[in-house]
Amino acid sequence: MINSFDDTPKQAAELQAALDELKDVPGPLMKALQKAQDIYGWLPAPVQNKIAEYFDVPLEEIYGIATFYSQFNLNPNGKHKIGVCLGTACYVKGSGDILNALEQKLKISAGNTTQDRNFTLEATRCIGCCGLAPVLTVNGEVYGKLTVDDVDKLLSKYTD
Amino acid sequence: MKQVTLKINNVSVTVDAGTRILDAAKKAGFNIPTLCYLKDVCNEGSCRVCVVEVKGARSLVASCSAVVSEGMEVFTNTPKVINSRKKTIELILSNHKKACLMCVRNGNCELATLAQDYNCNAFEYEGVTENYDIDETPYLIRDNNKCVLCRRCVAVCNKVQGVGVIGPNKRGFATHIGCAFEQPLSATPCVACGQCITACPVGALHEKDDTDKVNALLKDTDKYVIVGTAPSVRVGLGEEFGYPIGTNVEGKMVSALKRLGFDKVFDVDMAADMTIMEEGTEFLHRLKDKTAALPMMTSCSPGWIRYMEFYYPELLPHLSTCKSPQQMFGAIMKTYYAKKYNIPLDKLAVVSIMPCVAKKTEIGREGQSAAGVPDVDVVLTTRELARLIKNQGIDFKGLADEKFDDPIGEGSTAGLLFGATGGVMEAALRTVSEVVLKKPLDKIDFKAVRGVKGIKSAKVTLDGQTIKVCVASSLSNAKKILEDIKAGKCDYHFIEIMTCPGGCVNGGGQPIQPSSVTNNVDIRALRAKAIYDADKKAPLRKSHETPAVKTLYKEFFNEPGSHRAHEILHTSYKKRNKYNS
Repeated sequence: MINSFDDTPKQAAELQAALDELKDVPGPLMKALQKAQDIYGWLPAPVQNKIAEYFDVPLEEIYGIATFYSQFNLNPNGKHKIGVCLGTACYVKGSGDILNALEQKLKISAGNTTQDRNFTLEATRCIGCCGLAPVLTVNGEVYGKLTVDDVDKLLSKYTD
Repeated sequence: MKQVTLKINNVSVTVDAGTRILDAAKKAGFNIPTLCYLKDVCNEGSCRVCVVEVKGARSLVASCSAVVSEGMEVFTNTPKVINSRKKTIELILSNHKKACLMCVRNGNCELATLAQDYNCNAFEYEGVTENYDIDETPYLIRDNNKCVLCRRCVAVCNKVQGVGVIGPNKRGFATHIGCAFEQPLSATPCVACGQCITACPVGALHEKDDTDKVNALLKDTDKYVIVGTAPSVRVGLGEEFGYPIGTNVEGKMVSALKRLGFDKVFDVDMAADMTIMEEGTEFLHRLKDKTAALPMMTSCSPGWIRYMEFYYPELLPHLSTCKSPQQMFGAIMKTYYAKKYNIPLDKLAVVSIMPCVAKKTEIGREGQSAAGVPDVDVVLTTRELARLIKNQGIDFKGLADEKFDDPIGEGSTAGLLFGATGGVMEAALRTVSEVVLKKPLDKIDFKAVRGVKGIKSAKVTLDGQTIKVCVASSLSNAKKILEDIKAGKCDYHFIEIMTCPGGCVNGGGQPIQPSSVTNNVDIRALRAKAIYDADKKAPLRKSHETPAVKTLYKEFFNEPGSHRAHEILHTSYKKRNKYNS
């Protein structure tokens, strides 16, 4: 889990460059973790270990930071990120049912990624387009005025 | 240094600038309770038990972190303070696993003491409890259900030992002490020093108890059970029976072990003498051999060996190949002694009493089975021995002093010195000097290597050659030296390293003193003093003069560093991966 590393040479080079840039920066760990997440989309164990070794700090310290801040992902994201708005307007218009339908179809609960890593499902706060309620976003693209019946069609659009 | 005068509960007191309110109050005659603060180790200010009122301050102040200022007026026992402490303790208790009757720290728990002192209702609040799995290793057990999140264990692991395998994970109510990726401790590069145990104010960390194993051996009439005691056990054990810190209870300890039913009670000091003979010889060889790795580093402390194997495998050739005294003791028993007294190996058991939890890992290592069976069968810490003595109804305080058994029971006080940081070096210098110079030393006290300082160094002249020696205790201090070696900046010839700060007297298996004691006296120095006092008075102070050592070489090993000595008394090391998955 910690030793095996299967990133691309490009990712490895980017991480190395990011770490080198932070070499003499005081308190570099947060920045290093943020950079690493930009590169990988999440924080795989070997990446955390690499950061620990680079700055000669215990791996547990890195893991402690990564689990303290909610901005860090400890699980990989799917290819497509679905965010269902549970803001007040969307919720009263039935976004809760849409989320339930998605959870059932994808066989995961909100906050998780499907086994084939095609979808990550998230419940979000208000995203500011209440006029289209209920809304969800897929990879940042907004879909509005949805019903539970639209779910299948939407998913098939993003399934190869 | 600049002095500051302040008032504590209207008592005027003058202290150095920069003094913590906590320490100033002590000087003025007031105790302030602490749960997270641990002098020189932990200053998180997380528990809020040590709060006091400071005139003019907006809120209560943590006296472990706030320092004094001129004219300050502090109140340590107002109703507001007492009530705040009481509520804090009750909130800590709200999600604490209150299994106090079955807790290893029953009678020695800082949280229970506070709850009693502040008249707390342990059930005032009912907090949400997480059900954490118990993390068990062959040497140590972690139970997060009892953890009060004080961070002392984290601080000692990270700051004192530079290991840092445990730390706070997640946040808020989900915060808990754990390892990276919630792995069990056994899957991490934990060195097994056990310093987290002696730092823990409650029963969240404790040694793996092996007293049942020893009881079973003792009740088995078919078994011949030999016990050996490490140097520092005798200067710690008394604390478990109410003796002042630094009381040498060697005679009563021997007497208690005989009453427990051990067939022979021997002193591992004798094996420490053997270590000196072998290690001294190895050192002289390395000095002459231009290809050998120098500096040579001692190998008595199993936490240190684990540290080297995990963190500095490239420097392993610097480690002496000598087994530790515990393992030499067991190896001698299972080879020489078993043969001489015709005891079949399947009937012979060797138990060692150690100030250490890492010793529990050492007995299972490769290359520690000289006779084809493990050199040592069970290790008990000083604390477990006390537990066994109490369990078996032995009236420790009422016992008369007894002596270790013949013929190989007795060691020199050079061997005894192994219990304090600098002791191995001093014992080695006594022997190496005389072996090289072939004439008795005028002065055998090497005071430059004594004391609790983390890194000490000295120069000695051996046969015209200046030898530079160094002594370090705690792994963060060891790390500084290792980094110097890597950078080619180290010109020492011989280095003694002990895992625990102050050496074995302060080992992870020694009696636990609460922070109310350790914040005010240096228990390392008090226990070490008992060792040096015994050495001062002893007739036999050099390893090479110990009769048992002479007998062993004459009858069995021939000479130090012989082929047979290498087979039985030496071992090897290997690189270990920090994480195996």
